[in-house]
Amino acid sequence: MSRILCLSAALALLLPLPAAAQQKVIPDKSSIRFVTKQMNVPVEGRFRKFDATVSFDPGRPESTKAEFEVDLGSIDLGNAEGETEARRKAWLNIDVFPKARFVATSVKALGTGKFEATGDLAIKGTTQKIVAPFTIVEAGGMRTVEGQFTLKRLQFRIGEGPWADTETVADEVLVRFKFTLPTK
Amino acid sequence: MPENRYTRTAIALHWLVAALILFNLGFGLYTVDLPLSPRKLRYFSWHKWIGVTIFLLVAARLLWRLTHPAPALPSTMKPWEARAAHVSHIALYVLFFSAPLSGWLFSSAAGFQTVYLGVLPIPDLLSKNRDLADGLKVAHHWINYAMGALIAVHAAAAVKHHVVNRDDVLARMLPFLKAHRP
Repeated sequence: MSRILCLSAALALLLPLPAAAQQKVIPDKSSIRFVTKQMNVPVEGRFRKFDATVSFDPGRPESTKAEFEVDLGSIDLGNAEGETEARRKAWLNIDVFPKARFVATSVKALGTGKFEATGDLAIKGTTQKIVAPFTIVEAGGMRTVEGQFTLKRLQFRIGEGPWADTETVADEVLVRFKFTLPTK
Repeated sequence: MPENRYTRTAIALHWLVAALILFNLGFGLYTVDLPLSPRKLRYFSWHKWIGVTIFLLVAARLLWRLTHPAPALPSTMKPWEARAAHVSHIALYVLFFSAPLSGWLFSSAAGFQTVYLGVLPIPDLLSKNRDLADGLKVAHHWINYAMGALIAVHAAAAVKHHVVNRDDVLARMLPFLKAHRP
């Protein structure tokens, strides 16, 4: 009898809770890219590794729970010299702050597949509130979330010392995200 | 006024391009070894702008050269010497074009578009590709080492013509130099 109880208790722990329909992003169909302006030339980069846990229902966006974590060391700038520099103290300081984190605090519907997320973005020990509009397209059991926002790198102390010069590297960084998740 | 000389336009373009190439060659070699900094980004942008300028001036030179034949080489030169001079001039033009072209392609493959003088974007022929960028970087370096070496040979030959052969080969490109008249 106690054995059966134990077993059912164990099974109950293994079973997912039907109320919290959590979705995980599919990495190879998702991306986090950014565009910086260097000497007025747009230069694109991306992060290879990130993780997200999302609980989203398009019918009830206000109940959204979403958390994103970006492995900053996975930065891809297309050249090793830039990446080494970006990981250093003056830029992302990944030894101390290996991850960036975004936690959505509210999501509201703007109509026809358009939404707006507000949340806290933490990079390099600084947290800033950001607002990111995004769209949702659903097809074949997959939901694709796409959007962008602009952050000011100096608010996060990304690029200190001589790199704080915004004539060489602009303050504004455009972040473009695309996440593909199963609908269920 | 000696007749056997390049046109004023050809002479002006030759020395202008010579100055820009020698400067940009040294400037590139200096900048590539700088630690990554805003200064380095600025210098590389300037290096590219000078490179684009050289490309345009060399194209102008080539058009001028094709429509205004170069003065004849001294009759005292042996046929193989005249051929070598001709071939090396063609090689110089090939290198003058391939140096900026390889730099532009390298910059595109590295994901950094060339924007002339910071205002005129030059389209990227290649999209971002790390392996290609590494290869093009090596190509850009070697094309420029070869160009530097051939410029040295070119300059040494010009001096040799003036000092050893005592002909008018250098003077026809350097008007204030008194030509030796054989």
